[in-house]
Amino acid sequence: MLGLAADRLRADTNRLLAFLFHQGILDEQFLQLQQLEDETSPNFVSEVVNIYFHESEKLLRNLRSLLMDKEFSDYNKMGIHLNQFMGSSSSIGAKRIRNVCVAFRAASEQNNRAGCLRALELLEHEYCFLKNKLHELFQIQQQRALAAAVRYPMQN
Amino acid sequence: MSDEDIVNNNLTALVVDDSPMIRKLHEMHLKKFGLKVQVAENGKNAVDLFRCGASFNLILMDKEMPIMDGAEATKELRIMGVTSMIVGVTSLDSIFERQAFMEAGLDHCFTKPLTSENIIFLLQELNNKNNEEN
Repeated sequence: MLGLAADRLRADTNRLLAFLFHQGILDEQFLQLQQLEDETSPNFVSEVVNIYFHESEKLLRNLRSLLMDKEFSDYNKMGIHLNQFMGSSSSIGAKRIRNVCVAFRAASEQNNRAGCLRALELLEHEYCFLKNKLHELFQIQQQRALAAAVRYPMQN
Repeated sequence: MSDEDIVNNNLTALVVDDSPMIRKLHEMHLKKFGLKVQVAENGKNAVDLFRCGASFNLILMDKEMPIMDGAEATKELRIMGVTSMIVGVTSLDSIFERQAFMEAGLDHCFTKPLTSENIIFLLQELNNKNNEEN
């Protein structure tokens, strides 16, 4: 029974990852990230991704704060935040977020405030979606780790 | 260069980036290839490390950082006589900005994300550089 649960969880992981890759939400850089995890750093991926979430939320707040300011004109500062968001997103394989950042940066370079606002809303939406999906992935992986830790005596 | 040679190196690296996520990621990536790695959170910290007598075979340098950015730090290090391989790792898109960064004294410049292929290339370059110096 434990074996069936482990198989189901493995299938759930594979299905979720396949969905994320197929939809272009993640790219092969996420696989490179996973390959850095080993027995000496078993939680490396979730640690890196949690730092990414923390940094991203700060960047999104900064971007929103800039655009909500009636006196806003510092597109250069916006560009700096976007470059950082692009760099971190591409480094964990968050492909769709990175692509929205590219469009956002283009609007910023044209001093197109309306375009920037639209891009920011899309960025916030994509970020929330990715965060939920990655939390789901980590929950399944946690369950797999727990299932592996529970040894049915007769199996030994 | 064989896979074994790639991992069995005595190389040291410094990762300079204001993003804690990038520092952690690049540090682990380089460690996987057998390098000993330190990190710095901006260009000034990197320059200070060298002023205190530290040295590294390889420096991965971000461009946009507070206090001292990557271009300024690279210029400063070259003025100090640092001959380490300095490699820009940046999200900058504009050819003009990347060219300016290269002209600060970089040996190479990559766009993020840093990949295993990039690291293998750098290790081969470091190996070639080592052979030329010997």
